[in-house]
Amino acid sequence: MRRFPSWVWPIAVAVFTLAVSRLVENEYYMFAGYVVLQYIVLASAWNILGGYAGYVNFGSAAFFAIGAYGTVVLDKLGEPPLVVAILFGGIVASLVGLVTAYLTLRLRGVFFAIATLALAIVLQTLVMNWEFVGGPLGVYTTRPDSITGFPGYVNYLFVVMLVLALISVLVARAIELSFVGRGLAAIRDNELAAECCGVPTFRLKVLAAMLSGGLMGMAGAPFPYYITYLDPNSAFSIAYGINSIAMPLVGGMSHWIGPVIGAVLLAVVQQVATVTISSELNLMIVGVLLISFITLAPNGVVGLFERYRQQRHWRPGK
Amino acid sequence: MTMQNLLEANSIRKSFGGFVALDAVDIAVRPGERVGLIGPNGSGKSTLVNCLSGAISSDTGTISFDGRAIERLPAYRRTRLGIVRTFQIPLPFMSMTVVENLTIPLRFAGRHHPGALTVVSDIEQALLILEDVGLRDKASESSARLTQVEMRKLELARAVAARPKLLIADETMAGLSHAEVDEIILLLLKLNDQGIAIIMIEHIMRAVIAFSQRAIVLVAGRKIADDAPDVVMNNAEVVRAYLGE
Repeated sequence: MRRFPSWVWPIAVAVFTLAVSRLVENEYYMFAGYVVLQYIVLASAWNILGGYAGYVNFGSAAFFAIGAYGTVVLDKLGEPPLVVAILFGGIVASLVGLVTAYLTLRLRGVFFAIATLALAIVLQTLVMNWEFVGGPLGVYTTRPDSITGFPGYVNYLFVVMLVLALISVLVARAIELSFVGRGLAAIRDNELAAECCGVPTFRLKVLAAMLSGGLMGMAGAPFPYYITYLDPNSAFSIAYGINSIAMPLVGGMSHWIGPVIGAVLLAVVQQVATVTISSELNLMIVGVLLISFITLAPNGVVGLFERYRQQRHWRPGK
Repeated sequence: MTMQNLLEANSIRKSFGGFVALDAVDIAVRPGERVGLIGPNGSGKSTLVNCLSGAISSDTGTISFDGRAIERLPAYRRTRLGIVRTFQIPLPFMSMTVVENLTIPLRFAGRHHPGALTVVSDIEQALLILEDVGLRDKASESSARLTQVEMRKLELARAVAARPKLLIADETMAGLSHAEVDEIILLLLKLNDQGIAIIMIEHIMRAVIAFSQRAIVLVAGRKIADDAPDVVMNNAEVVRAYLGE
């Protein structure tokens, strides 16, 4: 494992997934895979602010929905290329992240969490009353014509989300390993001590909120074309808020691979449960997994793995 | 002509609601000076430290450091300029090892110091500082596992890593044994030898007298004495504040 730099691995996995995507005939797997990848983006993005800096954001759905409704607005005005919609969603969401950061990042702990939850509710109410994007009834979006080189539009969306997932993981990893990540870790451990060590705490938190929100917005941008009918309840679904917290927690928040593991694990379990049992059971499964991990493995899968490795390392007579 | 002051704070005032914690306090520190700051509980020592370091901002008054007005700067900027404080209750970065704790100020504050060596890596610099405070063998230990006296030393080491010109040591010795207090005093003297001015906030009189060239006494938010330690100890007002009538 030592022979390759670790950034090679996400790229290798992505290439492999891409290859598989061209071979799979059944469109359902593309649909399901898209959801898993979307959650890799959301979980990795959430972890930048929540895991690295310790600020728990309950409003992931708001940033996701900003991306989704951004695309709806562009779609109404004319058919934009998907890349433009994604960039638009990312920029608007990161600006909302900036404003939210200025308004709420002086709050600590539970007060910050409540403020982000309020953000989601306020935005949802605004969208409900905005007729241009369909209001409470929602809006239909017609998929553009199939893209050359792809068997169907969903296959294209799958590959787009694969690229977004790769970008998110690489961004999260770059932050974790840079001095920004060290500064965020210091903020998480003790904000006052961090400030007194020369860490520009407020600036770093704003940066983390903008990156985190922006990536979530990018994840939401292709969503209207994915489901073709968007309403406030699906765009602001509580599942996004809960999953993007649960996934890093289950996978492990201290390492960039944690949210990826958590997202794959929880999203696959939810997809399987939806097909085999019922779609109502999803959040309950997340809840049970979440409680088990918090009590039994508070550092997630990554934590379990590290503990195992340490035990093996210490065994010879130390 | 006096030498130019490193720190000069004039008529610092701070109130919390109706309670006046600091009432027009002046304080000046020359480069390389050792100053003791004493006073009974609730006299405003910690508030003064907070105002100087930027953890809170004073209501009125001016603070200049190295000839520069700093009263409006956020705490991290003051740290980068060279005012570095330690905390009464040690606040290590618990998820990090001892040596990693030092890399934070080295990276975020220390490199702004003109004298900082850029060729030596952060880790090597951190190890040198740990060597100085006697924590070298704990370098890769988790900072959450240290003993009380080790945590105080880490607190000092982390402050040193920010390359201070003025170190404000807030009750670094509270709760330590006689021998441990001596150890910390020696450490502070060693840092002072390297040219760092030090304000020591302390309840342990023995330590203040042994360490300080000058002692400042706060009582109920007002400065009542500012002189050589033995003169201050014989000041009638100070004796009254500490021992009663």
